[in-house]
Amino acid sequence: MDPREQEFLDYVQSGGQVETDDWMPDDYRTKLIKFIEMHGNSELMGVLPEREWILRAPTLQRKLALTAKVQDEVGHSQLIYRVVEDLGKPREQCLADLISGKSKFHNVFHYPTKTWGDVGVIAWLVDAAAIISQKALLKCSYAPYARIMKKICWEESFHILHGRDVILTMMLGTDEQRELVQEALDRWWGPLMQFHGNPISRDEDPMYVWRIKSQGNEEARQQFLDGYVPQIWELGLTVPDPKLRKNEDGVWEYTEPDWDELKHVVTGHGPKTAERLELRRSTREETEWVRRAMLAEAA
Amino acid sequence: MEGEGGNPEVPPDGILGDAEARPEEEGGTWGKHGFPHGSEQSERRSVIYEVFRQERKGQAFAHAGSVEAPNEAFAEPYAREQYGRRGESTALWVVPREAVHEIEDFADELGRNYHRVDGYPLKEKLGRARERAEASRAS
Repeated sequence: MDPREQEFLDYVQSGGQVETDDWMPDDYRTKLIKFIEMHGNSELMGVLPEREWILRAPTLQRKLALTAKVQDEVGHSQLIYRVVEDLGKPREQCLADLISGKSKFHNVFHYPTKTWGDVGVIAWLVDAAAIISQKALLKCSYAPYARIMKKICWEESFHILHGRDVILTMMLGTDEQRELVQEALDRWWGPLMQFHGNPISRDEDPMYVWRIKSQGNEEARQQFLDGYVPQIWELGLTVPDPKLRKNEDGVWEYTEPDWDELKHVVTGHGPKTAERLELRRSTREETEWVRRAMLAEAA
Repeated sequence: MEGEGGNPEVPPDGILGDAEARPEEEGGTWGKHGFPHGSEQSERRSVIYEVFRQERKGQAFAHAGSVEAPNEAFAEPYAREQYGRRGESTALWVVPREAVHEIEDFADELGRNYHRVDGYPLKEKLGRARERAEASRAS
């Protein structure tokens, strides 16, 4: 490693933060773009499972709340793509790479939402898992990303409230409603346990080495289990993992998540990947005239 | 902020530990933003606008982030949606990035410490003055 790069590495590892105009190693810039772009893609693709339920929301209040959540997430993707753009990759290119399958998005957004129970579990637990990762990004070595993460975490905290409220309402309802929640939890548990990634040691994780992330994958998963399993249990729900328990030393033990499934899904082979990417592509095509008209108007 | 008449969506303080953003920290301190003129693309048809927000009347505006828009007429609604729709701002400044001139070198070749607190080491001198007064009283 050349001395300048070593100096940069020491700087970020001792908590130093980097601005857009600062010198940075190419490898750092490339990793940043890849990581942040995937986050932007996930915010944008993440609205699609929920979008399917806007027209089927059980009450007007829920419909409005869900629409607001979708607006928040799309807003996050705009903020995040702005950060990627300043690093050198234009938003148009990010969208093109997303649609062509060249870039990735998080595993949880490749799955179907079968019932209203799924909508509650997504807003409560998927957003909870996401906020754990995002909270760790508040300390990201790339300062512009860390700064927008504050607004994003703030808005995500609304989503968890919304999700908990949906779940609590259903758990206070009929047996059929409680059953819907349990079924949704059973469906989402696998993807949730895969969400934070394989338990690679953080010192071998390039994203941690550059301090783009401030915690390892397993740390994040343990934090998720610690925060949310008790909340799941107290509602009388069952976590579909007979091995799940908290050891004396405070560490959660669980059945090994299906890493092959994770890899298969994020490389574009999830049950809903093709359909959702096709929706992005066709929507982009259909709205092309709006962008053209706006730019012509502004010119 | 919760409850009747307030925004029922605003979570109560502390519900998520440190997960909530602290709006007072948003934007950080002046001079640390590094407005990235260097990454502008010359063929871009849109403009980057930097957005500054004031959280409460009387407070300083702090950098919030940026929006991309074809012109000011579009930048305004974008900034409103991104940085004002939850009542988190009392006012916004929307400024084309090109209009922001960053100064980050503060050389002090002449050592003009009389402008600064470190030019006045009162504590040490006061200690010595007290000792002297004490000594002259004793003699």
